[in-house]
Amino acid sequence: MQSHKEQHSKIRVLVAKPGLDGHDRGAKVIARALRDAGYEVIYTGLHQTPEMIVNAAVQEDVQVLAISILSGAHNALVPEIITGLKKAGLTDALMLVGGIIPEDDIIALKDAGIHEIFTPGAGLQDIVNYIRDHAPKRD
Amino acid sequence: MSSKELDQAKAKWESQLSAPRAGCFTTLSDMEVPLLSTPADLEESGFDYMRDLGFPGEYPYTRGVQRNMYRGKLWTMRQFAGFASAEETNTRFKMLLANGQTGLSTAFDMPTLMGYDADSPRSIGEVGRCGVAVSSLEDMERLYDEIPLGEVTTSMTVNGPAIVLLAMYYAVAEKQGVPKDKVRGTIQNDILKEYIAQKEWLFPVKPAVELVIDTIEWGAKYYPGWNTVSISGYHIREAGATAVQELAFTLADGLAYVDACLARGMKVDDFAPRLSFFFDVHNDFFEEVAKFRAARRLWSKLMRERYQARDPRSWMLRTHAQTAGVSLTAQQPYNNIVRVSLQALAAIMGGTQSLHTNSMDETLSLPTDESVMIALRTQQIIAEESGVANVVDPFGGSYFMETLTTKIEKDAMAYIKKIDELGGMVKAIERGYPQAEIANSAYHFQRQLEAKEKVMVGVNKYWAPEPKRINTLTIDRSVEKRQIERLVALKKNRNPEACARALKNVEEAATNGTNLVGPITEAVKSYATLQEVCDTLRGVLGIYRETGSF
Repeated sequence: MQSHKEQHSKIRVLVAKPGLDGHDRGAKVIARALRDAGYEVIYTGLHQTPEMIVNAAVQEDVQVLAISILSGAHNALVPEIITGLKKAGLTDALMLVGGIIPEDDIIALKDAGIHEIFTPGAGLQDIVNYIRDHAPKRD
Repeated sequence: MSSKELDQAKAKWESQLSAPRAGCFTTLSDMEVPLLSTPADLEESGFDYMRDLGFPGEYPYTRGVQRNMYRGKLWTMRQFAGFASAEETNTRFKMLLANGQTGLSTAFDMPTLMGYDADSPRSIGEVGRCGVAVSSLEDMERLYDEIPLGEVTTSMTVNGPAIVLLAMYYAVAEKQGVPKDKVRGTIQNDILKEYIAQKEWLFPVKPAVELVIDTIEWGAKYYPGWNTVSISGYHIREAGATAVQELAFTLADGLAYVDACLARGMKVDDFAPRLSFFFDVHNDFFEEVAKFRAARRLWSKLMRERYQARDPRSWMLRTHAQTAGVSLTAQQPYNNIVRVSLQALAAIMGGTQSLHTNSMDETLSLPTDESVMIALRTQQIIAEESGVANVVDPFGGSYFMETLTTKIEKDAMAYIKKIDELGGMVKAIERGYPQAEIANSAYHFQRQLEAKEKVMVGVNKYWAPEPKRINTLTIDRSVEKRQIERLVALKKNRNPEACARALKNVEEAATNGTNLVGPITEAVKSYATLQEVCDTLRGVLGIYRETGSF
């Protein structure tokens, strides 16, 4: 049994699937790996609008938002999520994107406020470690 | 030599083996691989040539569905294509045909696959990205413009709203003056695997299956050359299933369609000959060849024994194949050409009827003209230079291949029995059974990669720093803007009364549960848009939601 304190200090992650594509293999594998690493993971399920994702992130007060997208709509949808989070006051969340993101778009998404982008071939452990090292602390 | 003498000889030979190198000697799907197979392995499984293999073109079709296979006709080289607008995809279709491709295969964009028009708020950023945008019959007319649909066979990858796109295709063929019996091709229309793996759904499972049965029923009556469903393992495998799970879940989906057709009062031999299949071809060469052979044998037995089909065409598992997208790496992308070549070879050794070879840049973006051409040339090199198309089922009789084929068939049948026990595939899906099995396999495989128990060259072994990789295709946002402008113009220029009347008829047919192909065809001909038809159906049939479990 974990102590109350340990439970409280668990990193809370929202794994989100915006857009219309149904490629959820990556999102589910990451969600499970993060859970196995001891994080508290919430998965939105498929076909979410940016608004639905922002609402879920705020409601769950997550430290980490891990967006998985493989439909090519990242340039349109990801900035909308970032704007929505800011408006809603969730300003310190670590924002990650995973999926097929062309190199030129990586730069643009980082400029828009995404902290890190994981493309095909990224290691599970690297993602787990990145979150451990960069997630904001919460009381 | 008696079997006892053989055992003794093998034992003696084994005693002199040197130590194996480090590593696991299993297939990609974790099946044990023996170092060496002998006639003893065949004997152990009770192998009987005529019963288990027979001749190509004859039951149980283990060796292939045609008597002379590729010596009669090469497989259809069918590259999946679709991006941006109908005109741009039409241009690529023509380029592929001019370069020796023998059939078309259409990829639609995400909004189309989900039954949304380009101007829907749900379509923002998605129009023309993963395929071609088709919101109305007008787009479909542009897509196949100047392509003679009576001569070319076409495949369309669409499932949730398949009935609408199929109606559009039939309408375009009619406008070109092609007689119904000359319209040939395939629509994927396999909704069950959407809930299992690909996740592009519109309606709840049961009414969605009824839509599929509507198209099968209509096709059996009017379009004898059209494959109304392509029962697909591809997406199941890509989502993480093992080879055995891919085979089992695909055939179980097929059985569910057969059951639904029979429940509608159709006779098995009236529709079963038009059922077709679609499998993935992954990295493990022998496992893949065995999978195709096992698939044919198992399906033919099920059709003959379980359903008493009498027409040999009902027993045949005819299949399309596509090399495994998930096996490709973003790292060192030129290596993908080699992976695709080996996978394509496995599909040919397995006896596929048509094949798509992936392009090397597909983990980075949609493929460029150049990379698509290399993928097509890969098939042409196998077909015309390697010599493999001269002979039928060259692995037939191999101690190892026959043992592996039998093992895969047996394991797949065990899964099918489990699904039978759950009450069939529709019930199994509603309980999340195949979804969970696949997610478990996907996670297990990823763990194996992390532990380097499975190797991806250039990723977890032989990695090397790379500067800029290769040039990729980009789709600019102007496609979306143009598509929306067109829709606005279309809605202004059509006859609103005729359109509204046609949609009303669709609603009535959906409410009454009568066949929807006719009313939907009339609706698309009145230029009702894809989303208008789908929204009408959503209003009656409801929508599907999945809980986000992992």
